[in-house]
Amino acid sequence: MTMLSITGVHAFYGHIEALRGVDVEVKHGEIVTLIGANGAGKSTLLMTICGNPRAAKGRIVFDGEDISAKPTHEIIRSGIAQAPEGRRIFPHMTVMENLLMGAITSEPRYLDEDLEKVFALFPILKERREQRGGTLSGGEQQMLAIARALMSRPRLLLLDEPSLGLAPMLVKQIFSVIKAINAEQNVTVFLVEQNAYHALRLAHRGYVMANGRILMSGTGKELLANEEIRSAYLEGARDTKGRRS
Amino acid sequence: MAATPAIKPFDFPDMFKEAGAAAIVVFALAFAMVGFRTEPVPGGLGITLRFADVAMASVIAFAGRIALILLREGRPFPVLLTTLPFAVILGALLLADQALASENGSGFEPVLPFSSPVVNWMIVIVAAVFAGRAAWAVRHARSTVTAEEREATMDRIGARVQQVARYAGPLLIGFALVLPFLPIADRRLLDIAILVVTYIMLGWGLNIVVGLAGLLDLGYVAFYAVGAYSYALLAQYFDMGFWVCLPFAGIMAAFAGILLGFPVLGLRGDYLAIVTLGFGEMVRIILLNWYKFTKGPDGISGIPRPSFFGLPFTRYPAEGTVSFHGFFGLTYTPLDRIIFLYYLILALALATNVFTLRIRKLPVGRAWEALREDETACRALGINPRNTKLTAFSIGAMFAGFGGSFFATRQGFISPESFTFIESAVILAIVVLGGMGSQIGVVLAAILLIGMPEFFRELHQFRMLAFGAAMVLIMVWRPAGLLAHREPTLRLSATKRLAKAVP
Ligand SMILES: Nc1ncnc2c1ncn2[C@@H]1O[C@H](COP(=O)(O)OP(=O)(O)OP(=O)(O)O)[C@@H](O)[C@H]1O
Ligand SMILES: [Mg+2]
Repeated sequence: MTMLSITGVHAFYGHIEALRGVDVEVKHGEIVTLIGANGAGKSTLLMTICGNPRAAKGRIVFDGEDISAKPTHEIIRSGIAQAPEGRRIFPHMTVMENLLMGAITSEPRYLDEDLEKVFALFPILKERREQRGGTLSGGEQQMLAIARALMSRPRLLLLDEPSLGLAPMLVKQIFSVIKAINAEQNVTVFLVEQNAYHALRLAHRGYVMANGRILMSGTGKELLANEEIRSAYLEGARDTKGRRS
Repeated sequence: MAATPAIKPFDFPDMFKEAGAAAIVVFALAFAMVGFRTEPVPGGLGITLRFADVAMASVIAFAGRIALILLREGRPFPVLLTTLPFAVILGALLLADQALASENGSGFEPVLPFSSPVVNWMIVIVAAVFAGRAAWAVRHARSTVTAEEREATMDRIGARVQQVARYAGPLLIGFALVLPFLPIADRRLLDIAILVVTYIMLGWGLNIVVGLAGLLDLGYVAFYAVGAYSYALLAQYFDMGFWVCLPFAGIMAAFAGILLGFPVLGLRGDYLAIVTLGFGEMVRIILLNWYKFTKGPDGISGIPRPSFFGLPFTRYPAEGTVSFHGFFGLTYTPLDRIIFLYYLILALALATNVFTLRIRKLPVGRAWEALREDETACRALGINPRNTKLTAFSIGAMFAGFGGSFFATRQGFISPESFTFIESAVILAIVVLGGMGSQIGVVLAAILLIGMPEFFRELHQFRMLAFGAAMVLIMVWRPAGLLAHREPTLRLSATKRLAKAVP
């Protein structure tokens, strides 16, 4: 069953057309990934789902409801959470306060349970819960951003390059966490990644974006096997694979 | 200094060229604006020429520019050697001049660079600032203290002060509570104390808007005015008492806050500041011109004084009523009312403080702080920025309204003159100086900015000058405010320690 369907969406920054007619579909329970070169419009698509920038044309339907005209905070309240590009945690607030901010739209009675869940996923955050967000390491900040997004009990989680700037060990770890979130907590995930190899292996399906348009789509396996994609996005990734195995 | 790091080849002609350009610009500007002064002479206007001042201004610009260049190029020593004696000597001359002038009516102006004492003082201050910077640079010629390290140090000091405040706070409150009964408490001291506490309350109120929510409000005095006029007008037209009007005044001010906030809170930073500044002036001008309703510049007089739960503070109570001293069997003293007013404002201020401390721990308060840090991230967490800002804005306004109605009942007379922009500026200065979001900082800043000048009224004319200089220095060295340090709203270590203690 379709959870999120994006049809013919265009979006602009002033005169720049960042999305030029995008069609994407995410089904319940899936992990869907979006890969593409820098400036392709991936982050823009995630932001447009949240209504900023707004879709100038086209429809975005979430759980049967057209959300393309809603203000951002209402879209979020309907069950979507986002760990945006650049993490955007609150630097002067502690880890705990950041998490509480994430929980601001959910019912207080779930608070303890949800905290436990994210601390189980990211034990380091529990140790650091009194530290100010700005003083966390980059990787810890990334975990905090994801944990904060989870605190709102979303049905759909939007992640923008969660592996950015992480050590190879941590990259693996973060992808396994995403898998766990999806499988155990029944959260649908829409994932933007530069790390195409890992993302496509993890995802049920994937889309490839260039210049504000979707070029290709298919299951993770299909895209991984595709020659064009291999040469465009997976150069070098094969080496790492080779070395690792 | 011996250890001047890597002396770069220094381009003297370039330095003189730059300084000369500055002098020429100043000369061109000053020639028209300072050089001629119209003065009333018998039979019309005459013109006095002040070319000496123009020449002096150019010379000072030239010298100042050279000092700046030397500082910039890492040669603070000569700057220190010249500016420090200059500031000291000129300052001493000015003081001597003033002393002489107050004794026999005229000083010895010819020695001073400018004909205006204010300008002369300004030169002294600028020279002193240069000297201070040079001294700083000389001291730190070897160590490389970066701005970040300085910030970190100041933040530690701020944290320390707030730690101390946790214990000093109750002591301070205790002191405030017994103050009226201390032997030093005379009428003058209590009046100043009331004034200081009023500003502390206003500072705490504005701190919600500026310190927590990060909304730069330059028109806070408008809500103060709304509160004051609400009470004054309700008392005048409907004969209502202070206690009934107090909540009304708060509600009216909060309503005014919503009215202003709704259309403009979408604006960011500077724009919001400008609009609120305009709003502050608008309210004052409306009060000034709506003569039929507000009596305009004449103001409203005869505003009823507050009563002690219905017992008035009068020597001879009206027929059939009992006064405060009569009820408690005390001898009448006019100080009673002052003491009561003092406790009234103290209670209002403490209520503001408790409210702020509490709401910081609630989701709304946390959302205010988060909004200050990153509005986009807040939106992505499902927060409606406009409504959230609106609550901060109107709650801040409500406390200004309470303060305003206190002001009205204390003065017994209000007019638009009491609600000028300078009031907003002073309250904002208290918040900024104290460190945005720091409650104890507001107290210290209010004592410094309101209490001190009240004690040294004689220095009145230099008050604003010193004030301006202090603000500029803060902005340069510690933009977040002197004692800015954010305490987390929840501490887990306390519970953790407890858990560990239990075997
Ligand atoms: N706020 C903005 N204002 C103007 N142009 C923007 C803005 N944000 C993005 N763009 C432009 O829109 C295009 C798409 O940007 P977007 O951030 O969506 O790329 P991306 O696919 O996420 O790239 P990356 O992999 O580097 O994150 C780019 O050309 C970018 O320059
Ligand atoms: Mg991006």
